[in-house]
Amino acid sequence: MELHLLLLFMIVGALIAVEAKDLLSSVVAVGAVGFALCLAFLILKAPDLAITQLVVEILCLIILIRATLRKDLPLVIKGRWFFNTLGTLAFIAVFLFFAHTALQELPGFGHPIMAVVKRYLQQGTAQTGAVNLVAAVILDFRAYDTLGEATVLFASVIGIMAVLRRPGRIK
Amino acid sequence: MTLYLLCLALFCVGLYGVLRKRNLVKIIIGLGIMEYAMNLFFILLAYRYHGRSPIEAQDQQILQMVDPLPQALVLTSIVIGLAVTALVISIAIRIYEKYGTFDITEIKRLRG
Repeated sequence: MELHLLLLFMIVGALIAVEAKDLLSSVVAVGAVGFALCLAFLILKAPDLAITQLVVEILCLIILIRATLRKDLPLVIKGRWFFNTLGTLAFIAVFLFFAHTALQELPGFGHPIMAVVKRYLQQGTAQTGAVNLVAAVILDFRAYDTLGEATVLFASVIGIMAVLRRPGRIK
Repeated sequence: MTLYLLCLALFCVGLYGVLRKRNLVKIIIGLGIMEYAMNLFFILLAYRYHGRSPIEAQDQQILQMVDPLPQALVLTSIVIGLAVTALVISIAIRIYEKYGTFDITEIKRLRG
């Protein structure tokens, strides 16, 4: 029940974030959505994710506020407003239809399949020595995945440095 | 099932922001909301009724735990989401310096 309330809060926060007039309040609203997501992870028994989400959310807010500070722009509504909205809503309706069809195939909430992970659960502690099974999966069974994640992080840092540096001008 | 549909609705709010808004920061916020919804959907799939978090303890049976595999994958996905947001925001800052606006319909002419 509390999960339903939290999800409704997240949807309302996301609507405010998308529709707010000035950018700073929209950034604050998306921060509220992120912290509600952190609480939802705690309720769904994923404490590692809640910690990570908290840290990442704070960093994201700092970056977004840096981008939007003193750059408020009024939203312009002109041109083909009606057709654009209609097209967007039609696309979302088609998406919802297919997604709802696909949702029927999934197992119900609260009954996961656990086909792959059964072996990890039975042999995880013996093979890796890790008490926390999430740590056992990301650092031992699927360590290449984490290596790829670190590669993506460093590639992104290089990209940010390349985009934001100020090149010297040759006279 | 209701939870899945609510999560899908959250995804659609983000999709609406990406498709409809003309402000670059609003588009980036929409991307972030879609990312939240995807992560939440994976964790919803992994949940088990009366399950416990996947940390070993003395007095527990293995099959009472929630699924740790989607949690590990989402842990990777959250960090990559931060990297993507930082990269996109830096590109948006650069565009603002060059054109003086976040409006995507104004950013169409090349300027050397």
